[in-house]
Amino acid sequence: MYAPQFDYHRADSVSQAVQLLGRDPDAKLLAGGHSLIPILKLRLAAPSAVIDIGRIDALKGITESDGTLRIGALTTHTEIASSDLLRAKAAGLSEAAGVIGDPAVRNRGTIGGNVAHADPASDLPAVLSCLGASFVIEGPGGIRSETASRFFQGLMTTSLRDDEVLTAVEVPAAGDGEGSAYVKFAHPASRYAVVGAAAKVTARDGSCTQASVTLSGLMPTPVRALAVEHALVGKPLTESGLSEACSLTSDCLPDDEVLGDVFASAEYRKSVAAVWVRRALAAAAARAA
Amino acid sequence: MSATTFGSGIRRREDPRLITGSAKYTDDISLPGTLHAAMLRSPYAHARIESIDSSAAEAANGVVAVFTHQDTEGEIAPAPCAWLLPNSGLSIADYHCIAKDAVRYVGDIVAVVVAETRSQAYDALDLIEVDYEPLDAVVAPKQAATDGAPQLHAEIEGNQAFHWTVTGGGDIDEAFAGADIVLKETIVQQRLIPNAMEPRAALASYTTATGELTLWNTTQNPHIVRFLCSLVNGIPEDRLRVIAPEVGGGFGSKIAVYPADFITVFCSKKLGAPVKWAESRSENYQATTHGRDHVQEIEVAATKDGKIVGLRATVWAGMGAYLSTAAPGIPTILHGLMLSGVYDIPAIHEDVYGIYTNTTPVEAYRGAGRPEATFMVERLVDLLAAEIGLDPADVRRRNFIPRFDDGHDVVTGLTYDSGDYDAALTKLLNKAGYEGLRAEQAAARDGGRYIGLGLSTYVEICGLGPSQVAGAIGFQGGLWESAILRFHPSGKVQVMIGASPHGQGEETTFAQIVAGELGVSPDDVKVIHGDTDKTPMGWGTYGSRTTAVGGAALALAARKIREKATIIAAHLLEASVDDMDYEDGKFFVKGAPGEAKTIQDIALMANVAWDLPEGVEAGLEATSFYDPPNFVFPYGAHLAVVEVDAETGQVTLKRYVAVDDCGPQINPVIVEGQVHGGIVQGVGQALWEEGVYDEDGQLLTGSMLDYALPRADTLPDIEVHSTVTPSPHHPLGVKGIGEAGTIASTAAVYNAVIDALQPLGVKGVNMPLTPERVWRAIQDAQGRN
Repeated sequence: MYAPQFDYHRADSVSQAVQLLGRDPDAKLLAGGHSLIPILKLRLAAPSAVIDIGRIDALKGITESDGTLRIGALTTHTEIASSDLLRAKAAGLSEAAGVIGDPAVRNRGTIGGNVAHADPASDLPAVLSCLGASFVIEGPGGIRSETASRFFQGLMTTSLRDDEVLTAVEVPAAGDGEGSAYVKFAHPASRYAVVGAAAKVTARDGSCTQASVTLSGLMPTPVRALAVEHALVGKPLTESGLSEACSLTSDCLPDDEVLGDVFASAEYRKSVAAVWVRRALAAAAARAA
Repeated sequence: MSATTFGSGIRRREDPRLITGSAKYTDDISLPGTLHAAMLRSPYAHARIESIDSSAAEAANGVVAVFTHQDTEGEIAPAPCAWLLPNSGLSIADYHCIAKDAVRYVGDIVAVVVAETRSQAYDALDLIEVDYEPLDAVVAPKQAATDGAPQLHAEIEGNQAFHWTVTGGGDIDEAFAGADIVLKETIVQQRLIPNAMEPRAALASYTTATGELTLWNTTQNPHIVRFLCSLVNGIPEDRLRVIAPEVGGGFGSKIAVYPADFITVFCSKKLGAPVKWAESRSENYQATTHGRDHVQEIEVAATKDGKIVGLRATVWAGMGAYLSTAAPGIPTILHGLMLSGVYDIPAIHEDVYGIYTNTTPVEAYRGAGRPEATFMVERLVDLLAAEIGLDPADVRRRNFIPRFDDGHDVVTGLTYDSGDYDAALTKLLNKAGYEGLRAEQAAARDGGRYIGLGLSTYVEICGLGPSQVAGAIGFQGGLWESAILRFHPSGKVQVMIGASPHGQGEETTFAQIVAGELGVSPDDVKVIHGDTDKTPMGWGTYGSRTTAVGGAALALAARKIREKATIIAAHLLEASVDDMDYEDGKFFVKGAPGEAKTIQDIALMANVAWDLPEGVEAGLEATSFYDPPNFVFPYGAHLAVVEVDAETGQVTLKRYVAVDDCGPQINPVIVEGQVHGGIVQGVGQALWEEGVYDEDGQLLTGSMLDYALPRADTLPDIEVHSTVTPSPHHPLGVKGIGEAGTIASTAAVYNAVIDALQPLGVKGVNMPLTPERVWRAIQDAQGRN
């Protein structure tokens, strides 16, 4: 289909983008375009204006300081997937970025656009939640930072206000004995997650001292599998230990909130989620060892 | 035969322009002053149109005209169905190009907007107010055939478009009554959406002063488009020119002549300006024809040692809301007559009910009827093997038709041309290392892994076909093909063919045919197609017929050239024609090859005509119209190896090995490409693809986000082998290969998955074999255990 008419502005700086947004509450930001353009073409959105932030260099790139990895909002999935720094210190994140869509999508799509769109079947929201990421947001009142659980508010809904721009995502760098992983059961057409599982574990002498497990594709926002996490802490990271903890996955998924579609029902997704959690944990544990 | 390149895998000459983006498709063509059309399509699967108010759209910026049904009354006839299946009670519903007073599928055209730009046309669609009175819809063919189902067409009882039967051989009831074993299965051949890379488009340009119209159209058969447009739009055929420029695939979905095509022609004629329409991908999903959509209730009767004695089936074929151009022949002639497969089956009976449903019309889709037949037969053979505890390869061998070189009659009434089915299977098993794979499977099972092997031994009917048969089966056209072969004075060759390739590579292979027949370089042969003003009449490219029929026409034209060239050469060498010999483009007196005249020498002399034998006309050109004496019947044996993840139900295709026999191969690389693409489309049906409607007739899989097409990263490297059994009746011995892969592969993959799941007790799963379906089947089977 063809997009409805809209005005186009190109912002040269974040502050200019914030100003433009402030003037027109019906405007939308355009980064890599891989969420916005399809909904425009399907006429699911009809913004008055599109503000292109795609050329603001300050929003690009990956840096590390004081144990924090900072990923600019315009950093592409390909850059995240191929970053040696992230592979070493946030393996689950680069793994997730490497399985988004297909190469064309990964070359254009950005981390900022992805998380701001907050598709429940998207990979990055889950892995960022799992890794304890912060979301750096700039608006007319200055800069603020949000945790994942506050940032992701519901189906396609974030805490971003109409006049704010997400500028970066910050992730704690993995320390000694810490490993993370992301595994995904991709929809054969969309490549979105039917079930995606992100896991982070910290191991000391073969035992789990800390665990974080988050799922995508199942609920309107990334869901932490707290029961699984609790069951793991203090236990040895063995195959049987993981299996036992993972059997609690479905307890973390309230029936009435699990999503389903024509390809995979809610019941099925809920039933097989434990398998993917186990695989993610096994991969994370192998990296933690 | 050193100079010939018949049989060599030279590169496709089509590819440079296709892969560099310089090819010109219909939507790339623009004429000065072109207006743009957009179709308003029904959002309801079934509704009465109470009123239409287009005044706001007419007043919108850039809009030139809005037309609804009443504007076209008497100017566009209903879209014709051109396959009038005899002895079937065929009931054809009026397919108004713009809906008259009711809509019957989501996508039925209600109005057309013509504007100065495409965006203006699309924006104006939103301004047309249509008052619909929604009616109950029905989308599943068997359900639509039951009493009390919503009726699509007032005059057509029970939504039944036709009831066709095939009966052959011995008494079917006796065969079943006396059999040791009777097995039954219900198979759903789900609806598929063809997804040609290029969506459909039309550009019509009418010249008011002359009454002539040129139509650029995404079609597989421009001569049929010209014929039907002349009937529907009332433009004399001699004043119509139809051009199929580059066409980006069709797979059957560009056979039909669609309402949108006729409407575009109407708009251009009415407005006296060029009018272009190009569908979006979403519109393509909604309104370009779909494929398959059968519910098949099948049963096989057999002896306890695995010999099939009877096959019986009832099929409900969803036809969509209206009968598309060639639709009635697909689930009948191209399906039911192939139910003997590669086997000697003494009694066969099938009833096919063609049923109207509130869905997009169903047409040919790669394989068209034969995949649905092969699947039935190959599924039954595997069920029988499982029942009696024999390897599926052995049961196939017990039932194969033995080797034949010149005709074999099957009970459905067809005469297969040639085949050696056992040889194809033997080669397959050897190439695949079948016994080793069975051992690996057993070891994997011991380790809790589920590997499956699936066979499909198929034969298919293509090279459509003798025109006499076309008439007898109600096809409203001929099925011959034509070629004009012309030598320029410099010895270069121009070939014009009536068929219309759109991705199959005949610009290359047809040059190779000329090279093989006349000893010229293929580089010196230009092949022209797809323009009714430049090419002789032909019936089009579908049913794997272009090489099988058109290639024969070209070979015969080349042989006429050779005859004339021999006469001229004899004259120039002062010899008698009877004393002449020919080799590799050289004509010489027997025993004296040193004193030869080349075909190029003769082309020059024929064109300048300074010294020709008495009674011989100038020029070196021949035309041939080839009407085949029979169809051709390519065949083969395929093996799929899969692994099923029993925890999630996910299926991985690990290996695919194919042996196909299409007779002598003009270009083995192109054959391999056709086999690859064909297999992948069939794998798509087995594992991923399904056009799903909800109960209200809304298409739930209306985009590439939801409809899963095969992807390179989910497929193994396909291993392609062949055997070579010439067709006895074809001048080159060749058979079609465009659809064979699709016809074979769905059953191979399906059988492999069921084989993998056998230890878990799973007997059947509906296609596509999605993870959830497989997982549920495992859960159910385990629950019963």
